[in-house]
Amino acid sequence: MISTKSARLVIHVLLILFGIVWIYPFVWMVFSSLKTNQEFLTSGTALIPEEFQWENYTNAWHTANFSGYFLNTIIFTVATVVIVIFLSALTGYALGRIDFPGKKIIMICVVAIMFIPKGYTIIPLFKLVSNMGLSDSILGIIVAEASGAHVLFILMFASFFANLPKSIEEAAEIDGAGFLTVFSKVMLPLSMPIVATTAIMQFIWTWSSFLVPLVLTISKPELRTLAVGMQSFVQTYAVDFSGMAAGATISLLPVMIIFIIMQRYFIEGVAGAVKS
Amino acid sequence: MSKNNINGKSDSNTKLKTLKKKKAMWAYIFLVPQIIVFFVFSAYPIVMSYVYSFYEWTGIGPLDDFVGLGNYQQLLTSPRFWNSALVSIYYILGTTILGVGGALILAIILNDQKLNGKGFYRAIYFLPVVTTTAIVGIIMGNIFGINGFVNQILLNVNLIDKPIPWLTDPFFAVIILIVIGSWKGLGINMVYWLAGLQSIPNELYESAQLDGAGFWSTLRHVTLPLLKPMAAVIILLSLVSGINAFDLVKTLTNGGPNFATETMDLFIYNFAFSSQLGGGQVRMGYASAAGVLLGLFTFVISMIFGAASFGKQITNLRGNKRRKGGVKV
Repeated sequence: MISTKSARLVIHVLLILFGIVWIYPFVWMVFSSLKTNQEFLTSGTALIPEEFQWENYTNAWHTANFSGYFLNTIIFTVATVVIVIFLSALTGYALGRIDFPGKKIIMICVVAIMFIPKGYTIIPLFKLVSNMGLSDSILGIIVAEASGAHVLFILMFASFFANLPKSIEEAAEIDGAGFLTVFSKVMLPLSMPIVATTAIMQFIWTWSSFLVPLVLTISKPELRTLAVGMQSFVQTYAVDFSGMAAGATISLLPVMIIFIIMQRYFIEGVAGAVKS
Repeated sequence: MSKNNINGKSDSNTKLKTLKKKKAMWAYIFLVPQIIVFFVFSAYPIVMSYVYSFYEWTGIGPLDDFVGLGNYQQLLTSPRFWNSALVSIYYILGTTILGVGGALILAIILNDQKLNGKGFYRAIYFLPVVTTTAIVGIIMGNIFGINGFVNQILLNVNLIDKPIPWLTDPFFAVIILIVIGSWKGLGINMVYWLAGLQSIPNELYESAQLDGAGFWSTLRHVTLPLLKPMAAVIILLSLVSGINAFDLVKTLTNGGPNFATETMDLFIYNFAFSSQLGGGQVRMGYASAAGVLLGLFTFVISMIFGAASFGKQITNLRGNKRRKGGVKV
């Protein structure tokens, strides 16, 4: 569309300059985490610390308990991702691949869920989890986060399974494979791209989840995730700026790295979502 | 095998039927976990959020103080509630205009086929989307602090002579909230727009070029009209996501100064879980009523834009058919 070479060069320069500003907050965060608190306050706009203070990380990790938050976040995120894939793949397979009485009604319900005006459901969820006796364990947060119908993922699985040729399962059935074998040995492995997209999107969402873990760990500091732990760290140590930056880096770096490695799946998933 | 064939059609038909029945049974088994989870963790909380809204309740003890529509009445006459609604509307409109508009410009630039390094730029501008909003709020709180990076830079280049209270001035705080919210969400809108741009067939650009149309007139007469149906969807998604500003507001300003940046979802949280900011006492019923109003508000926005986008999709489908017919001839 843009014809001349020089115009394109100007665009590159603008995109790069603007791109630096765009991600500068993260660059600032990483370098601030390697300064002393004194330097943080007095170094002005200088980015590179005089001497890299790696002990900010060991302090955050051990003293400020980011190791605990990190472990909680990993358990919370991985468990949620596994549950969501399990539920979405089963539901998507049933809806996309099998004809059964009542299918239409269920399909309509799945889509309608998106449009029901929800109230502030975190309050009943909070009560429900404590009534189930799960408020003392990380299981409660996992259940609250993974619950609900993940309409987007269900629709992704359903349309994938619906579009596979019939001959695939017929061949397996002639070989005498039962329903479960066909699903787990043939169909599910074929749906790996959808599993990967679901996993990466749900991973990033859950890693960043804030309200659910915040509310459900209100009286349980030892169950806090990184996002919630970070918030309480700032409230407790308001003047430990480089500790804050180190904690923030510990919290953000894993998702950023995963995104950079797996960005194709994530961006395609997002683009696919709006298309459907 | 051969015996089976000789036996005739009726045998294989019944076999097929039992197979179908068996499959239907499996379908129900596959649906059971999702249905249970849905009823327990989605449907029940939705219903209860409505039920709670009719009670005065601290969250502890039995639900026995039925107040009817009292909570709603109180909300609708509370200046603090209306203020939070207004802040939410500013935030929703601001992030949609900046985030969706900015993303469109970026997507048009990045959709240029001859531009190198598209994947790299796309990743850079998408990066804030994947970061934890609550953490971003804390970092930005420092960057826009009174002695923060932004003020230092502006002082260094003599653009200002005293630091600007970005987050402690009611006006600036709302602006910064909108700017950061837009920055955070722009990448996802960019990917939506790119998906829309890539669905425009290349022949249209080629024929526009043959007709002697330049960049701007192609944009105006080909690209933008064809993006319209997509635009309604993207705007809707942006509006709805703007309703959930909680993670950012809670960590960036916590509603301050003096409730100037208290969005509706923060208002609800403060009454439900923070007795300090909720007026001295936890009021779950009052918060639930506000939650119901917020849900209805979301519902109305979705319906208006959903209807608009659906209508446009139908007209677009008709247009597509006509175009295809034209190509064939």
